[in-house]
Amino acid sequence: MKSLAELQAIKEKMKGKVALREGSNDIRVVVGMATCGIAVGARPVLNKFVEEVDKAGLAGRVVVSQTGCIGVCQYEPIVEVYEAGKEKVTYAKMTADKVEKIVEEHLKGGKVVSEYVLADIK
Amino acid sequence: MIRAHILVCGGTGCTSSGSVSIQQKFAESLEKNGLAEEVKIVQTGCFGLCALGPVVIVHPDGTFYSRVEIDDVDEIVTEHLLKGRVVERLVYSDTGSDEEVDVKNVALSDTAFYKTQNRVVLRNCGVINPESIDEYIAMDGYAALGKVLTEMKPEDVIQCITDSGLRGRGGGGFPTGRKWALTAPNQADQKYVVCNADEGDPGAFMDRSVLEGDPHCLVEAMAIAGYAIGATEGYVYVRAEYPIAVARLQIAIDQAREYGLLGKNIFGSGFDFDLHIRLGAGAFVCGEETALMTSIEGNRGEPRPRPPYPAVKGLFGKPTVENNVETFANVPQIILRGAEWFASMGTEKSKGTKVFALGGKIKNTGLVEIPMGTTLREIIEDIGGGIPNGKKFKAAQTGGPSGGCIPASLMDTEVDYDNLIAIGCMMGSGGLIVMDEDNCMVDMAKFFLEFTVDESCGKCTPCRVGTKRLLEMLDKITSGKGTLEDIDRIEELCNYIKANSLCGLGQTAPNPVLSTLNFFRDEYISHVVDKKCPAGVCKDLLTFTIDKDKCIGCGMCARNCPADAIIKTDYVAPGHKLPSYEILADKCVKCGACIGSCKFKAISKK
Ligand SMILES: Cc1cc2nc3c(=O)[nH]c(=O)nc-3n(C[C@H](O)[C@H](O)[C@H](O)COP(=O)(O)O)c2cc1C
Repeated sequence: MKSLAELQAIKEKMKGKVALREGSNDIRVVVGMATCGIAVGARPVLNKFVEEVDKAGLAGRVVVSQTGCIGVCQYEPIVEVYEAGKEKVTYAKMTADKVEKIVEEHLKGGKVVSEYVLADIK
Repeated sequence: MIRAHILVCGGTGCTSSGSVSIQQKFAESLEKNGLAEEVKIVQTGCFGLCALGPVVIVHPDGTFYSRVEIDDVDEIVTEHLLKGRVVERLVYSDTGSDEEVDVKNVALSDTAFYKTQNRVVLRNCGVINPESIDEYIAMDGYAALGKVLTEMKPEDVIQCITDSGLRGRGGGGFPTGRKWALTAPNQADQKYVVCNADEGDPGAFMDRSVLEGDPHCLVEAMAIAGYAIGATEGYVYVRAEYPIAVARLQIAIDQAREYGLLGKNIFGSGFDFDLHIRLGAGAFVCGEETALMTSIEGNRGEPRPRPPYPAVKGLFGKPTVENNVETFANVPQIILRGAEWFASMGTEKSKGTKVFALGGKIKNTGLVEIPMGTTLREIIEDIGGGIPNGKKFKAAQTGGPSGGCIPASLMDTEVDYDNLIAIGCMMGSGGLIVMDEDNCMVDMAKFFLEFTVDESCGKCTPCRVGTKRLLEMLDKITSGKGTLEDIDRIEELCNYIKANSLCGLGQTAPNPVLSTLNFFRDEYISHVVDKKCPAGVCKDLLTFTIDKDKCIGCGMCARNCPADAIIKTDYVAPGHKLPSYEILADKCVKCGACIGSCKFKAISKK
């Protein structure tokens, strides 16, 4: 180790990998992963979220997690976004293709992607 | 991409309750369910709640599973990791409040056990993989060393540690900054930094957990100390009985060397530092600093008179700083977060936190780190969860064989160095053994004295002979042959041993006796005058009797008696069909097997 910059580089590289354990995240993305969700493709959605969040450099702020049945099975896969001080946003009939847009516009840009929101799909 | 981490405790406690095979099972189960690419298993150091091991935490949810068994693994994987449903029956959710809680939402930090804790020394234990230098770096690891080497002069480092108020965690509580300041100016061709990881107190495992859970922290701190005092070599003296700790420390040293965080010209600063491990054979006296250094030098571990102090003539006759593991573990955080931050925790003269190993008659046995000045009541009732089986708290022993006991009447004592000394106790290295009404205090003092008699190195007479004679007198008392004069003689001998022994071992060995005499003199008197052991522990003073009117004559006791000391009588109690039994006092070995076998509570010991 010849310089602080080198140390910093390792820290940056690793930060996203352990951030998962710190729990002090601003935004929680929760994917419904009960039998109903899994059957219609919740897993690829979940994995795509993890990938895109990391790619966008948001791993320190956004936690991607899963939950059981959310209760509106006909609209699965369902994804809920929780942010402190804001109302919960529920996205329905999610696919892996829709994830990038949500990460880019909502999680990074702060603008809800209304065309995917449950209320609008209904 | 990894979306979840399964943290499996790889501390000594959980390892012995099967965490290694649980970890393997997780790997198999993830593979079987096609999750191996999405979920990562991390073996960590100790989480602290050893009583509930094996412990598993699933992130990002932070779900805390306790007492996980092999058969639970598939369920956690298919339910939690596949379907997102927490396995509620395994969740530890004791928040200490009476309100109903939603099991799923109880984070570890909300539980009664963790709520009052403040983890500085243990901040990475149970969080990172101790065998990964990269994970340590992600948690600000080696940033303090970097800061010291690139921005601070050695004097600044010492000043910072002095200002923080850090005192030695190995027992004595000597100010760490002052120790470094006394060593730094002494000129020599070679100086040393030594870490005392001998941890000989029965029941203590704080240092072990730091070594197992966050070994890089020690490596970093010792390098900082080396820079501060001008030493280029360091030794860690650790007992060979700690195989996991030794292995992980060696891995940490190797990784640090590979990254150039040990070795020549660290951070391009021109500072060189390297570390070596020396294994101890487990003698208690080798935890005493001069004996420890003698042992590292390759000689029999015997203490030597001080002065000269290690700061002047230490390891191999060179100026040496010797500190405890936990003392060192505070150092990087003090450098990074500042002396004021550290000094803001604790009491006036005891700053920061202290790690305690809770053991004995307490619900949550394990490791806790709390701010100095926390009361004993909070430690035992809130964090420790109180005394099991509805029994009453009697006393807590701190400082192991060198310390003393704190009785129930002093439960509101704020635990710090000076308050404990004031009541004839000492902080010690952090073992805290809880006793309830079933513990005999004379017997407890005898237990620790037996330990010191065994561990006395024999070099000086007051310790070698004095502790032996002391033990004989205690034996006399617990066997019912003691006199009131013996109690006076015991006190006199205690004071003589304290005043005349060569090293700390002898100087503190009488403490458990003096402190129990001080707080529980009436128990000594019962043994001597009434020939009774009030707690029902000292066998020679017990008689086992069968209440003839309660005995229904089933004969279970007689069948369970290993000494054939129970016989049938002619007496048939009113209302019973069979004759009752009785115990022959001269044959009874007082093992208690009969009490355990009697369903009718007809047998008592007094
Ligand atoms: C008999 C005896 C045993 C000791 N055992 C230990 C030990 O296991 N670990 C330890 O750190 N200090 C132990 N000490 C205290 C050391 O001599 C020394 O004071 C301490 O390691 C200094 O480090 P510190 O200033 O960081 O506390 C022991 C002292 C005595 C007298």
